[in-house]
Amino acid sequence: MADAVTLAEPLGMIGLRGDHGDERVRAAVVGLTGTAFPERLRIEGTSQRGVAWMSPDELLIFVPRSEVALAVDRLATDLAGLHHLVTDVSDMRVCVRIEGPDAREVLAKLSPADLHPDVFGPGLFRRSRLGQLAAAFWLEGEGARVICFRSVADYAVALLRQSAADGAVGHF
Amino acid sequence: MLTLTCPHCGVQADETELLPGGEAHLKRHGPGSSEEEFEGYLFHRQNPKGPHLERWRHAFGCGKWFLAARDTVTMQVFGTYPASLATPTDEIRRRAGVERPGWGFEPGVPGEPEAVE
Repeated sequence: MADAVTLAEPLGMIGLRGDHGDERVRAAVVGLTGTAFPERLRIEGTSQRGVAWMSPDELLIFVPRSEVALAVDRLATDLAGLHHLVTDVSDMRVCVRIEGPDAREVLAKLSPADLHPDVFGPGLFRRSRLGQLAAAFWLEGEGARVICFRSVADYAVALLRQSAADGAVGHF
Repeated sequence: MLTLTCPHCGVQADETELLPGGEAHLKRHGPGSSEEEFEGYLFHRQNPKGPHLERWRHAFGCGKWFLAARDTVTMQVFGTYPASLATPTDEIRRRAGVERPGWGFEPGVPGEPEAVE
């Protein structure tokens, strides 16, 4: 039974650039998502409400689509006077759901990243490459989630479906 | 296959996740410099067969630039360090020095332009 690969419902995503060590930044993010502040290479919460570590000065915050405008305003208010950048990037990327027991292998066949269970577990957020695409992925629910640029969404879904259709290699 | 550890995010990145940026520690020669210096800055590179300092960008990851010391022949990696450093760390120098006796690179001093015949 091949894993199901579908385009997820539109997510609300907010890009936040700023100093991760700043107490005000940490408090604003934690106050918005209700999760912990993500450590390096991790995601806290889920794609419905959570926050992912993108780079040493960048976070990707997930909130329901309907709350994005409010959340952006709230962050801008909380961080007023501080060097930062808050942007609604909901339309920048799409989210692809991989549902099934072999989600790890579906990704591993397309990426050079080490996805062994000992290394890549729940809560880890890996930005890497799927085929020719820049993408980020993490384990969520009964499978995995992938985000990539909207302009390559069709190709990403086709690529992941092909990988899922070919079945698990049984490497892990 | 070349695997470099990004010093910014800690990911062991595959060569295909990285963008090469050429030789590291070039000293810019801009307005006010001589034409020879400017030519050297633009075109003259060391291109060694052996240990080399290089710029890399973690393009399919955190997007940050970093520097790496590696051997261009054996692909042995001596270490990676943030692009904000003007010279390799002592640890990288030590490892490179121990493993390559006689190797003394001078960061910030790209090969002097050779005399044109």
